[in-house]
Amino acid sequence: MSTSGSGDPAAIRIENLHKSFGRNEVLKGIDLAVASHEVICLIGASGSGKSTLLRCVNLLEPIDSGRIVLLGQDITGPHIDQNLVRRQIGIVFQSFNLFPHMTVLRNVTLAPTKVLGMRAGQAAQEARALLARFGLLDKQDDYPDRLSGGQQQRVAIVRALAMQPQIMLLDEVTSALDPELVAEVLDVIGELAAGGMTMLIATHEMGFARDIANRVCFLEEGRIIEDAPPAELFTEPKDERTRRFLRRIVEAKRL
Amino acid sequence: MDENSADSPAATAGSGLAAGSFSSGRGPRLFGGGGSRGTVVSTLSTVAVLAIFVAIFLLAPGARTVVHAFFYPRDAWQAFIGDPKKGYYSVGTAIWLNIRMFIVAEALILPLALMIALIRQSVHPALFPVRVIATIYVDFFRGVPLLLVVLALGLGVPGLYLPVISHQPDAVYGVAALVLSYSAYVSEVYRAGLNSVHRSQVAAARSLGLSQRTALRYVILPQAVRNIIPPLLNDFISLQKDTALIGVLGVIEANQAANIYSSLTFNYSSFTVAAILFLILTIPLARFTDRLIERDRRRRLAGATA
Repeated sequence: MSTSGSGDPAAIRIENLHKSFGRNEVLKGIDLAVASHEVICLIGASGSGKSTLLRCVNLLEPIDSGRIVLLGQDITGPHIDQNLVRRQIGIVFQSFNLFPHMTVLRNVTLAPTKVLGMRAGQAAQEARALLARFGLLDKQDDYPDRLSGGQQQRVAIVRALAMQPQIMLLDEVTSALDPELVAEVLDVIGELAAGGMTMLIATHEMGFARDIANRVCFLEEGRIIEDAPPAELFTEPKDERTRRFLRRIVEAKRL
Repeated sequence: MDENSADSPAATAGSGLAAGSFSSGRGPRLFGGGGSRGTVVSTLSTVAVLAIFVAIFLLAPGARTVVHAFFYPRDAWQAFIGDPKKGYYSVGTAIWLNIRMFIVAEALILPLALMIALIRQSVHPALFPVRVIATIYVDFFRGVPLLLVVLALGLGVPGLYLPVISHQPDAVYGVAALVLSYSAYVSEVYRAGLNSVHRSQVAAARSLGLSQRTALRYVILPQAVRNIIPPLLNDFISLQKDTALIGVLGVIEANQAANIYSSLTFNYSSFTVAAILFLILTIPLARFTDRLIERDRRRRLAGATA
């Protein structure tokens, strides 16, 4: 497994991760290391285990066996404060999951004030700076249901960023959006990547993955089949299963 | 007896009143008509409906007797102000006891019911025995008629001759019975509310590092409570009425005061007075519920125009 050059310690190292839901084994031994400032895209058909992998990393799903090491610390061991771990990992979901009873600003400031103990004034100031950076400042007093899907998803990203995470997990964040709203969200992610954010991204946007990722992992039936830089994986995939998947994507005019 | 058959027309007239005032408030808004034409139509239909009910009532063969028994102004007034020398209590004063019992009961029911709901929703294996107890509690108190609970506590607890506990005023036992019984119902309402909040909201909150308790307090409960305000207040409207059951313990609340008046004078106008007083209590609560729902809706809509 290549961890992209240098002696850079992995931000996240996943070792032999297994996860089943009942009898259905969703992850069958995942090995993956994400270096700091690296962007890795997970591609693969629905049900290949991409989302489950991200949810396991964020400890939203307990794992059956294996290890996940975050910045040198085994976060899957016993006596781990899950809340402490999650502070360092931002996750954005396909369905936004903003808090509908709170304004945009309150959505963003809730965790910094209640988890980090930040003063309300300071949290609001930092939240406004983040909202302004992503063109959302004029929405700060709106409730989520008055926002477009793209705006909601950008707010969800800002909400995760407000905790100043070490790594961001993006779970098919554009899949629930109307096509014309996809670009504004992808632009935000591109900006994060340019800023050096470590990211693990599950996506169906192949063009986006090709442009933004340092490495692309193709998952099928709970295994990483192929792990390579995008130029390599998209142009000369080594595994027959990867080739088959990409052929279907091209036929569906998604690449 | 004449009075017995009179019971149902009187009730019908009452509900006709309520329905009329309801449609005049709701009609224009619901059907989007609005404007003066909508108001005229709704007023006319209200008057027409009321007229029909009053006509049916007044044309009944026993109308005259019933009006005398239930709607006699002099008796109504006497019952309202009371007269200690003649041995009957003021219904108007007694209603304050209902209000006080209602407020104390409500203040206890809200947290107790929430606690029961949270216990029943918990998944931790260590809480299993508590979960079983909570389930039995809810099953029991939802199944036993409230009147029996009131009697059991009111007559049973003093008989135990326990220090302090057995030497309370009867109203305390009555309120305790209300709290026990209603907490079971209200906990189910809470549970429905908690279930109405999508699991993904929990995931979103926890993923930000919020503890289970913090997520519950700031993310889950506010949404749950918002979803159940109408059924919650509905239960409290019936709680207000059910304070009347405590009268069976001899507590002089409005219904019991009315009962004493009628047994001394053979006139039922005192019950009408009690009914009107209860309506005066419950109708504002119903309107308040509507306003809360409306305010919430407006606030969500306001975001776009701001």
